Amino acid sequence: MPESSLDIFPPKVKDICGSSIECRPSPLRQFSQSSLPLHRNNMLSTFCTEENVQECLSHINQEVSSLGLPPVWMESGGSSEMNVVAVLNCMYELIQLHHRGLRTLENMEVEQLKSSSNVDYLQLTSTQLKEQLELSKRENTGLLERERQLQLKVKSLQNCLKNEKEELQKLQNIIASRASQYNHEMKRKEREFNKLRERLNQLLVDKKEKKQAIDVLNNIGRADGKRSLWKTEKTEAKHEGMMYKTLLSDYDLRQRELLLENAELKKVLQQMKKDMVSILSSKKPTLKDNQQQDDDIQADSEEEVFDSSKESVELYCVHAREKLTNSIRLQWRRLKSHVERLDNQVSLAQIGRSKNTDAVSQETHEEEMDRLKLEIQQCKDFIQTQHQLLQQLSSPYDEEKSSLLSDCYMLQEKERFRDEWKTLEEQRKIFERERRNFTEAAIRLSHERKAFEDDRATWLKHQFLNLSPFADSKKPQMSKSKSAFLISKTEASAASAPENLIKRPSDTTSPTPRCVPLTSQSTAELYPTLCLVPENRSTKPKRLTEHVEESSIFLNGNVPVQHKQWNGREEHSSHTLTKEKTSSI
Amino acid sequence: MNFSEVFKQSNQLCKVSPDGKYLATCVQYRLVVRDVSTLQILQLYTCLDQISHMDWSSDSLFILCAMYKRGLVQVWSLEQPDWHCKIDEGSIGLVSSRWSPDGRHILNTTEFHLRVTVWSLCTKAVSYIKYPKACQKGIDFSRDGCYMALAERRDCKDYVSVFVCDDWHLLRHFETETQDLAGLEWSPNGCVLAVWDSCLEYKVLLYSLDGRLLSTYSAYEWSLGVKSVTWSPSSQFLAIGSYDEKVRILNHITWKKIAQFEHIATINNTKAVVYKEVEKRPAVGSDDLSLHNLTIGTTLFNTQSKYEICPPPVQVPVVKPDPDRANPKIGVSTLAFSSDSRYLATKNDNMASVVWVWDMQKMSLLAVLEQTSAVRCFQWDPRRPRLALCTGNTKLYLWSPAGCVSVQVPTEGGFQVQSLNWHCSGDTLILLGKDQLCLCYMDTDQEDK
Repeated sequence: MPESSLDIFPPKVKDICGSSIECRPSPLRQFSQSSLPLHRNNMLSTFCTEENVQECLSHINQEVSSLGLPPVWMESGGSSEMNVVAVLNCMYELIQLHHRGLRTLENMEVEQLKSSSNVDYLQLTSTQLKEQLELSKRENTGLLERERQLQLKVKSLQNCLKNEKEELQKLQNIIASRASQYNHEMKRKEREFNKLRERLNQLLVDKKEKKQAIDVLNNIGRADGKRSLWKTEKTEAKHEGMMYKTLLSDYDLRQRELLLENAELKKVLQQMKKDMVSILSSKKPTLKDNQQQDDDIQADSEEEVFDSSKESVELYCVHAREKLTNSIRLQWRRLKSHVERLDNQVSLAQIGRSKNTDAVSQETHEEEMDRLKLEIQQCKDFIQTQHQLLQQLSSPYDEEKSSLLSDCYMLQEKERFRDEWKTLEEQRKIFERERRNFTEAAIRLSHERKAFEDDRATWLKHQFLNLSPFADSKKPQMSKSKSAFLISKTEASAASAPENLIKRPSDTTSPTPRCVPLTSQSTAELYPTLCLVPENRSTKPKRLTEHVEESSIFLNGNVPVQHKQWNGREEHSSHTLTKEKTSSI
Repeated sequence: MNFSEVFKQSNQLCKVSPDGKYLATCVQYRLVVRDVSTLQILQLYTCLDQISHMDWSSDSLFILCAMYKRGLVQVWSLEQPDWHCKIDEGSIGLVSSRWSPDGRHILNTTEFHLRVTVWSLCTKAVSYIKYPKACQKGIDFSRDGCYMALAERRDCKDYVSVFVCDDWHLLRHFETETQDLAGLEWSPNGCVLAVWDSCLEYKVLLYSLDGRLLSTYSAYEWSLGVKSVTWSPSSQFLAIGSYDEKVRILNHITWKKIAQFEHIATINNTKAVVYKEVEKRPAVGSDDLSLHNLTIGTTLFNTQSKYEICPPPVQVPVVKPDPDRANPKIGVSTLAFSSDSRYLATKNDNMASVVWVWDMQKMSLLAVLEQTSAVRCFQWDPRRPRLALCTGNTKLYLWSPAGCVSVQVPTEGGFQVQSLNWHCSGDTLILLGKDQLCLCYMDTDQEDK
């Protein structure tokens, strides 16, 4: 039992502290080995007895310490007192350890089960795979066998073919030999047959009893009524001559026919050539590149063409014919190339890429398709964006409309402003008039004041003179009188001032030049007294001028625009003109 | 179209004189000469035996009657009924007898082709030509009657002798490059001689009148070759029908093939018109047996037939020949050019009920005539492009570019047309039955309309 427990022990330790696994087992083992005899001794009896308490304690202590637990018993001065708390703790720890060990054991068992089942599964799959392997191997061998058989068959067939060929050769040889044999036999037979015929002929000729005979009542004349002629060399020659004559006449006839045919064909050829020349000459300007390509040939051919066209159909000499055919051939080639080019152009223009790709392989075709699809998508996108842009553009139109509207408003306002301006102008005029009135009044006042001042001065002088010892001087008297007169007059004028103010315009002609500088100064002082707000006066006209300026600017702004527009039109017209010119060119 | 009454004849011996005035018919051992227009008997001659061959002289003055079994030839004069001439070939035998083109000589071929005997009626003179070859067509006279070409066989080699018919002077004698010469034919202008080999080898040789070899033509090797050869009346074309069911046309300048007409069982050519003869029996009781109907129909001539135009493709009935038997029934055996050389009519032996008409200008198939039974004979009108044909029944069939028509011969007693001959004017057609004959008058006015 302890063995088994010991056996179980190491994995427990392992589980608890995996890292210390290397060092732990060695002392334990040492101990177990060392304690084995002890154990053996106590195997039958209990572990602890009265005699070996100390030993047991030390052993347990050792064990416990080896497990990394606090020692149960402290060797303190030989007193073998056991620390109950430590023991209990230790026991608790041990129990805990044990529990943990059991749990891990369970886990391990489960794991083991799992792994064993896994192993089973793997074994199963491996066996299956092995079976499959076996099967495929068998199949492979079968296939190999079949291949071998087929190869054998092929070989045999090849052999057969060879044999057949040989057979064929043999048969051909046989046929040939038989044919030659047959021909030989035939010839032999024929010869024999001929001999027989000869013999028969001889026999029949020799036999007198039944001879060939002609029995005619009376001879008839020849169909042509002539007498038959003797066979002479002359007749022979005549026959020959006749024969050659018929042959000659036949050849003659045939030649005439051919001549006729040739002439007709040549006529057709000429016609064709003429047409060709006309076609080629008409398309010459458009085919300059081609012209350049075979310029030298062209030059030569040109000559030839016209030469041959000069040559009549009646010229049958070889040289002329050659020339004719050559020129025709050349022109034909040119026409062909032209037509081909036209064809190419047409195909390029009309069907273009798609047609070309038709000729190309499927892949490129598909590629092209993809590309085209992409293009379509792009085009769709374009269209969408264009739509959007259009929509966006429509809002600027609104703006324009609004601007137009605002223009309308402006016009209205302008109108309004003009009206206002007019009223203001009127007001200004009124004010101006009033101002003039005021200034006149002020001038008059200053005049009167001056006069009054003078009067006062004279009066003061008079007074002073009257007080001074120089009383008998004439001048002050005079002046006094004058001033007296004046005073009275001023009094009177002062009394009649309002009247003067109104009447003044007619009288003030003479004094005004004199007192202009004065009045100009005093008017500024006068304004506040007259309760006239100079700012108002000064700002109002300013505003008006500003307004005018604005309007003028506005007008100025408009005019260049119009001008521009006009310019644009002019340019456009000029453009069209130039365009027309170019097109006409 | 009118028909005369029926006359008796035997061995289908019935010929119109070359001038078109007289009609000679043989009945057993009697020779009857009638006026073609009135059909009245002008002369009646009695021969020594049953006549096996009869022929007019070229000047329409003499008639030759050959009795091959007896080795006898009797000549009768139309102008002098009591004039007579009898040629006895004796024990050497007789297989063929013919007039020379001048109508004053008779050429007899003896049995076993021992020789050709030339008898002169003017001088009673006799001359022999040895070694004539026994073949399909061993003798041919040129159309102008000046020359005669004769195939000969000496020392297992083929030769051709050209004689001047005037005095039987041997003009040319030359060896031909043939294995086994089968036939020769002068071109209509008399300047070219076409010579062809036997069916074992496809070979056509063209010789000039003076014996020069002009050209050799061979379409293929090994399999059976030429079956028929015909010149066009214009001497422009040489049509060669062969066992491969094709007709090849050679031109007269280069002697090369310019066209090839194939006789294919399925006609897909949309430009060709296919006429199909459809037989219609008069309504009979439904309880009658069809077999009974058939026998009645053929014996009592109450079947009606008409042509229907079939749209292509048309399947032509084909009989597969027995490959083990000699002379297989396959290939183009009959060729005939119309008088204006514009059309060519052909017959392929394994499609016996079909006549093909080809356009020689377009070199293409023009019409196909599918008959209900095998075609026995066809011949072109000597004046117009009109083809007459018979199939051994009671009807006469005519084709022209305008269309096709079948005519019932309105005679009693079962007149089955076995063969036919055109009168040289093209207005009359002589129909030959088994032992009867009948004249068919074309309604020229109606035709013209």
